[in-house]
Amino acid sequence: MSDTATPTKRSTKAAMGPFGRVGQLVDELDDRLGVAKGGRVFLDKIFPDHWSFMLGEISLYSFIVLLATGIFLSLYFVPSTTQVIYHGTYKPLDGQWVSQAYKSTVDISFDVRGGLLVRQMHHWAADVFCGSIVLHMGRIFLTGAFRKPRELNWTIGILMLILAIFEGFIGYSLPDDLISGTGLRIGYSIAESIPLVGSYLTSFLWGGRFPGDIIIPRFYIIHVLIIPLVLLGLISAHLGLLVRQKHTQFPGEGRTEHNVVGSPMFPTFMAKTTGFLFMVTAMTALLGAFAQINPIWHFGSYDASKISYAVQPDWYMGWLDGALRIMPSWEFAGFGHTIPFEVFLPAVVFPGLIFTICLLWPAIERRYTGDNEIHNLLDRPRYRPKRTAAGVAMFSLLFTLHAASSTDVMANFFHFSLNSVLWFFRIAVIVVPIVAGLITYQLCKEMQGVHGIGKRKRAVVVHLSAHGEYSTTPTPPRPDDVPTELEPEPVPVRIDVEPLSSGGVELPEQSGTGVRQVSR
Amino acid sequence: MSDEQPPSRTKVPMPVATLSDPHMGDAARHPARVEKLIAVVFVLAIVCLAGFGAAYWQNADPWVLGGTVGAGLALLGFGLTAWGKYLMPQGPFVEERHPLASAPDERDAMAAALVERSTVVVKRRKMLGGLFAVGAGIFGIVAIFPLLRSLGPLPENSLEVTDWRRGTRLVDSSGRPISRGTLVTGGLMTVYPEGTVILGLGPQPYITENGQAIDQTVLIRLQDQNFTTQPGRETWAPAGYVAYSKLCTHLGCPVGLYEQQLELLVCPCHQSMFNVRNGAVPEFGPAPRPLPQLPLMFDDEGFLAAQGPYDQAVGPGFWERTT
Repeated sequence: MSDTATPTKRSTKAAMGPFGRVGQLVDELDDRLGVAKGGRVFLDKIFPDHWSFMLGEISLYSFIVLLATGIFLSLYFVPSTTQVIYHGTYKPLDGQWVSQAYKSTVDISFDVRGGLLVRQMHHWAADVFCGSIVLHMGRIFLTGAFRKPRELNWTIGILMLILAIFEGFIGYSLPDDLISGTGLRIGYSIAESIPLVGSYLTSFLWGGRFPGDIIIPRFYIIHVLIIPLVLLGLISAHLGLLVRQKHTQFPGEGRTEHNVVGSPMFPTFMAKTTGFLFMVTAMTALLGAFAQINPIWHFGSYDASKISYAVQPDWYMGWLDGALRIMPSWEFAGFGHTIPFEVFLPAVVFPGLIFTICLLWPAIERRYTGDNEIHNLLDRPRYRPKRTAAGVAMFSLLFTLHAASSTDVMANFFHFSLNSVLWFFRIAVIVVPIVAGLITYQLCKEMQGVHGIGKRKRAVVVHLSAHGEYSTTPTPPRPDDVPTELEPEPVPVRIDVEPLSSGGVELPEQSGTGVRQVSR
Repeated sequence: MSDEQPPSRTKVPMPVATLSDPHMGDAARHPARVEKLIAVVFVLAIVCLAGFGAAYWQNADPWVLGGTVGAGLALLGFGLTAWGKYLMPQGPFVEERHPLASAPDERDAMAAALVERSTVVVKRRKMLGGLFAVGAGIFGIVAIFPLLRSLGPLPENSLEVTDWRRGTRLVDSSGRPISRGTLVTGGLMTVYPEGTVILGLGPQPYITENGQAIDQTVLIRLQDQNFTTQPGRETWAPAGYVAYSKLCTHLGCPVGLYEQQLELLVCPCHQSMFNVRNGAVPEFGPAPRPLPQLPLMFDDEGFLAAQGPYDQAVGPGFWERTT
C-alpha cells in the first residue's frame, strides 16, 4: 500500500511516526526547547490523594475566577469620585448626587448585560478566596506541612493571606457606597492612629484629608494591578516551590519520607483538578445567581455625614472590627501628644502580632523542638497535641473576635443589654481560646490512646445461647477497610483501553491476553 | 498483543498494569456504565451552557444567567472529575523523592567560589565597597521621597481645622438656615456651615466634601431656654440648641443614631454613646473623648450661627492632637 503514489490516510499516518501529530509536535518542541525529559517528569508528577489537599486548589481557582470576573468589571467601572446626578435605570436613585464610581457600579448591576451576575461572582469569589486560604493554612499548620524544607512556602502563603485581605478590603471599598465609604473612613482613622507617622501616612495616601478625590483612583490601581501582580508572582513561587519540593503526604502503606504516592498528573490529576476548577467556578456562579451580595443600590452613594445601622465589613475583616468593639477606651494624652491606644492596639498592633506569630511559627517550633530534620510525611494533628492546641486556640480567638463584631445585632436579637454582650465578649476572648486549647490538648491525648482510631468501627454480632450465655462474633470488615497490600509502583506509560467497547461485560480478570496492558 | 503495539522510541523497562491490577477501581472494571453516566452528565452540561447562551441573547434575569452557566459548569466539572476518578488510573503510583540537597563537595565549591573570589577583589577594596554601599543606601532613602512624599501634602494643621468660623450660619442639608422655631424640643438634625451646601447645580443640593466629612454637626434642641452642658459653656446653647461635631471620636463614623428618651447620641459603628446633656461625654463604648461642642448664637437676623470654630480637633485621635 505504501507503494502507491497517492498518499492515503494510512500512509500519511505512517509517515508521521508511531505517535502521530502529537509525536511530531513533541519532536519539534524538543528540538527547540528540550522539553521531552522535563515534560515527561511533569506528566508523571504524583499528587497524593487526600481531600484536604483541595483547599489550596479552591484558593487558586477562586483567584482565577477573580481575575476573569475582575477583567470584565474593569471594562465598565469608572474609578472616580466626581459627583454626578444619577439618571439611570434604577429609579429610586433618580436625581441624586452620586459619585461616578458608584454610578458605574450601579450601571454594571442594572445596565450591563450579565453585569450583576459577574459583580456578585467577583464578590463571592473574594470571600471564598480568603476563606479557602485560611482553611488551607489551617491544614498546613495542623499537619505540620510547614516544617523544613517548606518554611519559605509557609511564609509566602501568609504574605498572600495578608495581601488577599487588603485586596478584598480595597476591592469592596471601590464602589464608593455608603457602607464601604464608612469602612474606608474607619481605615483612614486606623492609619491615623499610628503614633508619629499616622497623620503623614494618611495625608500622603489620601492626598490630603479624608475623603479627598484621589483615594478611589489610587485604590483602583492598587486593586486591579499592583496587588494582583504581586499575588500572581507569589502564587507562581508558591507552586514552583511545591513542584520543586514535591507534595507532602500522610503516612500510609508504601509511603516514606523518600517518595510520593498518589495519582499521576496526566491524565488523572489533570482531569480531576480541571473538573474541580469548573466546580469552583460553578459554585461562584450559582452563589452570584442566587445569593445577593453587596446590593449597593440600597445603600446609596457615600455621604460622609450619613450612616446605616448594623454596619459590618466582609467576613475576613470581622475579627478586626470585633477587636475594635471590645477594646476599652484607653486613649493616652499628654506631653502635647495623643496616642489612641483604643484604636492603635486592636487594629494595628494586634493584627501585626497575629501575623508575626504566623510568619515566625516554623522558627518558634524549631526552637522549641530542636527538630531540624527534613519532613515530607505529615503529622496527624492528634500526635502533636501542643501544636494542635495552639492552632485551635488561635482559631477560637479569631472566631470569638469575629463574633464580637456583631455585638449590637446580638444584643437586639436576643434582647440582652449591649453592655452585658460587650462584657461577655471581653471575657470570652480570653477564656474561650484557653479553654478550647486545653480541651483540644486533652482530646488529642485521649485520641492517641484509642485503638484503631481513624478506622471504621466493625459491627459485632451478639449471640444468646440456650444456656443464657452471651458471646460475640465480629463481622467481617467492609471491603474498603481491608488493608490492601499494594506495593506502590511507578506510573505506567501506557494503558490500553481497546476492549472497553465490549460494554458492561465482565472482563476476564486473570486473562493472559492482556486486555489492559501497559508496556513501554 | 505487545507486538501489535507501536514500538516505543526508547526502551525503558516499565511495570505492566492489567485489568486484574488491584490499582484499578471497580468502576474501571465496568467502565461502560460510568462512561454512560458521564456522557449523560456532559449532555446535560451542554444543554445548560447552550441555555446560558440563549438566556444571554434574550437578556434574561441575572439568576437565569447564573443558574444556567453555574449548572452547566458544575455538570462539566462533575463529569470531568468522575472521568478522572473512575476511568483513569488512580494509583497508588510512586514517584521517588530525590533529596534537594547537593553533594557536600558541590556545596563546598559554591561556598568557596563566594568566599575565595571575593577575598581578593571585594574584601580588600574596603573603601570602594563602603562608597558603593553609601551610594546605594542614599539612593534607597531618596527614592522614598517620590514614592511617598509626592503622594500628598504634609498634614500640617489640616486635621485641626473645619469650615466653622465666628458667625458662620448653620444650614440644613437643603441649605436652609435655622431659626429659633426650626426644631421642636427633642428634635435633631444634621447641619453644615453655610457655603458648604450648594443649591442650583441639580435637583438636589450639593454638599461639599468638607461639609460632609469634616464640618458635619448634629444639632439638637434640648429645651426652650438657654442650656449649659459644661461649666464655661454657659452661652453655647441658646434657646436649648446644642451642637456637637458629628464625627465620632473613636473612628470618625458619623454619630448617626439618637436615643431620644435617654438623650444619647449613638455611633452605629462601634456603639459609642454620648450624653448630649453633659457635653457629649462618652457613657459607653470605645470612644475616648466627648464630641467637641460648637458654640452657638443667634445672629442679627435671628438665625443660628457659630460663635467660633470648634475649640479642638474633631474626629478620632492622632499623634499631633493636643488636648
